[in-house]
Amino acid sequence: MPPIPDARPVVTGAGCLLGARIVAPSLPGVIAFAFAFGAASVQKGLTLWEAVGMSMVLTAGASQMLSLELWRETWTLGALLTIAAVTSAVNARFVLMGASLQPWLKGASLPAQAGSLFLLFEASWLAAERHRAEGGRDAGVFLGAGLLSWTVWWIATIPGYLTGALVTDPKRYALDLVLPFFFAAFAVPLWRGVGRSGPPWLVAGLVALAVQALVPGYLFIVAGALAGALTGACHREHR
Amino acid sequence: MSTVEGWIAGPAGPWLAIGLMALLTYLLRIGGVAMMSRVRITPPVERALAALPGSIVAATVVPIAIAAGPPAILGVLAAVLTARLAGNELAALLAGLAAAAAMRAFGL
Repeated sequence: MPPIPDARPVVTGAGCLLGARIVAPSLPGVIAFAFAFGAASVQKGLTLWEAVGMSMVLTAGASQMLSLELWRETWTLGALLTIAAVTSAVNARFVLMGASLQPWLKGASLPAQAGSLFLLFEASWLAAERHRAEGGRDAGVFLGAGLLSWTVWWIATIPGYLTGALVTDPKRYALDLVLPFFFAAFAVPLWRGVGRSGPPWLVAGLVALAVQALVPGYLFIVAGALAGALTGACHREHR
Repeated sequence: MSTVEGWIAGPAGPWLAIGLMALLTYLLRIGGVAMMSRVRITPPVERALAALPGSIVAATVVPIAIAAGPPAILGVLAAVLTARLAGNELAALLAGLAAAAAMRAFGL
């Protein structure tokens, strides 16, 4: 990464438009994922407002899908703590993404930084990183990409929900299995070969299986994920 | 305590869950920027963060697929294979759904 000149970041309208253009090719994927979330949320008993509200304020596909797996008809303190822990584990990647944007945003005022980071998603982050990799310094790219993908994300939840409500027998179309299939597909580009990804993924899967057998609820996801991350920390690839 | 639990169990429950998830996720979004001004990311921390996304997926998919039975396992394999060959997540999802739905249609 080239050193970033220590200057106030530029934010221009043209940059916002450029960001919207950079993020455009990823919008079909954003729409498909939001649609799938909307359709799946019906099956788990969310109201339309709850589904759309979650898309608006959480705006994190994987954790929204996973929260459906943990959704309850009646909530308890324990269920809230579980969903909080799982959400934090799944979205911990935002810490790393935010860390990589920090040199770019540090010149801006605190409210501006705090406000724009609400728009930190995979799509906007990738657009910003691409712009920076090409030598750009316009933080408007991040804002434009973020605003467009956020808007598309929560709006696409609505037709997904309405379509999902038409399906009376979700098991027939295997819609109860959307989450594992989507996650499995999502993981393929994350694979970095047996040497690097093999040990953490294997440990994560095995620990999750063991914890699932021993402890009721969804603690197995957190336990497996932490075990995998710990394995990654201790494991240095032999070349 | 019982009033709090009654409140959580009532109509406020789903919104408490959504609000809690959104708050924590926002803290994580700003956390990276805040952290970078203070903490140094050492190589082991970097490796742990790099291993985290895949570990989450493995820890989620493996137990859920095994608990849901052969159609789910076959669907996961179909989704992974399609994602690998076609490089398209939507096609992979559809392949997984088709494989599992077909297997269930045959009563497996």
